[in-house]
Amino acid sequence: MSRYFLRRLLETIPTLLGIMVAIFFFIRALPGDPARLYTGPEATASEVAIIRQRFGLDRSWPEQFVRYARELSRGSLGVSFRSNLPATQVIKRHFQATLWLSLTAICLATVVGILVGVGAAANRNSLLDVGITVLAILGISIPSFFLSILLIYAFAVNAKILPVTGSLSFRGLILPTLALTMSSLATIARFARSSLLEVLGEDFIRTAKAKGLAAAVVLQKHALKNALIPVLTITGLQFGFLLSGTIIVETVFNFPGLGWLLIQSINARDYPVLQGLMLVFALEFLLINLIVDLLYGLVDPRISYD
Amino acid sequence: MTSLLPTSTQRGLLLARLMRHRSGAIGLILSCLFVLMAVFGPLVAPFDPSEANYLEINQGISRTHPLGTDNFGRDLLSRILVGARYSIGIGLSASLLGALLGGIWGLWSGFLGGVADNLSMRLVDILLAFPGLLLAIGFIAISGPGLGPVILASSLFGLPIFARLARGSALSLKERVFVEGARSLGAGELRIMFRHILPSMIAPILVYLTLRTGITMLIASGLSFLGLGIQPPTPEWGAMLSEAQLYLPIHPLMAFAPGLVISLAILGFNLLGDGLRDVLDPSLVE
Repeated sequence: MSRYFLRRLLETIPTLLGIMVAIFFFIRALPGDPARLYTGPEATASEVAIIRQRFGLDRSWPEQFVRYARELSRGSLGVSFRSNLPATQVIKRHFQATLWLSLTAICLATVVGILVGVGAAANRNSLLDVGITVLAILGISIPSFFLSILLIYAFAVNAKILPVTGSLSFRGLILPTLALTMSSLATIARFARSSLLEVLGEDFIRTAKAKGLAAAVVLQKHALKNALIPVLTITGLQFGFLLSGTIIVETVFNFPGLGWLLIQSINARDYPVLQGLMLVFALEFLLINLIVDLLYGLVDPRISYD
Repeated sequence: MTSLLPTSTQRGLLLARLMRHRSGAIGLILSCLFVLMAVFGPLVAPFDPSEANYLEINQGISRTHPLGTDNFGRDLLSRILVGARYSIGIGLSASLLGALLGGIWGLWSGFLGGVADNLSMRLVDILLAFPGLLLAIGFIAISGPGLGPVILASSLFGLPIFARLARGSALSLKERVFVEGARSLGAGELRIMFRHILPSMIAPILVYLTLRTGITMLIASGLSFLGLGIQPPTPEWGAMLSEAQLYLPIHPLMAFAPGLVISLAILGFNLLGDGLRDVLDPSLVE
């Protein structure tokens, strides 16, 4: 297990290096001159040149790359063009907001999704099952931006019980969380349902029933444990997927998180912050995949890695 | 899974089985309706979708305007009918493009093997390390908005997935006897790749393609919603929804109409994909 862990960790290194290089060149390929955007349209050429020098953009690409790599190895991302603060500090501030938003969303999706999915599978072909199945496919199909608008209309415009804009407070988190969680919740519910149904058809379940165990005991002790393993993987993948969702949901609700910051930084061509953001997104994604892989092995001892 | 779609009788059988699959049938009908809407929508639209009429702004449902009008007095039904060509067209062509490019990439990589395969799969890993929407946004940030860039950008996130899928099939297929046979008969590498291996991996790619179409539409309309895709006077559904946001308190119908149509379209393709998967791969039937 620990050897596998080490190997997986080593395997991510070339990917990570590749990501670093890809991000650097991606940012340089963006059209538009950050120095010109910073100084505004009325600035003279010499003023723009001064700013360009301050941003370090007057140097050649290889020089810029060496500097970027050196700073990265020291844990620094450079200074934000837009706010003149260290980019790490800017990102950290918004990271917190996104972390809260996505953590509440994924917890809600996992808990409610599994409960609903198990409820549907345990009462197969009942009205409850059909209703949940239909709701789940609807939940996957509705785009988060339309769901956000529906929620804003129902709770902020019509009923006026919740704020239109999102914020890092209890009331400000409710609507963005609901909008963000829906597709993951529906995916997890569907997956939990089909996974449990599959396990319920296995021989050892029939044996457990045959020896006279109550249906509830069979469900809880024998079926659930086995059914939840694949659900775990899906949950991890959904967490990565949520990151995409935050870009849209944060924009609709004007929520000050990483997704919102991303759109702002692209518009301002804020290279240091953009580089950092893309790195954070990619790292999170890699990390989640790694954790899911490892958890998978812990939960199901039949899986061997060597 | 390899010999699922080769003959026309089997294809007819597939359709029959899909029609018996309740939600798959609904998906097939919905998807067909939306494709028809994309083809014929602009022809049957009762009004010019971009013609402003300031005497009739923000109207509700009426006989002349079945879905009301927007903030410029433009007929919403006409805008949705014309927009179908953009929204459905982009979604379909983007997922098709992703499957095509990814499929060729994976086929090539798996077939060549060795260092080239290793390097190209590392590239796939890098692409997979970014969430789909982020890739699309990054692409648009470089290329600028527009129809072509949106299609390419939305195809980008499916590409590495299809590359992996195709590589896997290519790896297992190239060791099979019929490939050896073709080679011993003197067939060139390209001929083996495209005439012998490619046809055998079409079926799994096709199922995946249908399953991904809904998500691709979600990404494409999301791009336009964020203002990075098709730009506002054009009646793309995501862009329409973005315009409608401002008028939500006074004229919610302007947002509800395009939002409902996008959701239904995505629902249709999702149901169709699920149905196809269930019908083609009986081990997954719930």
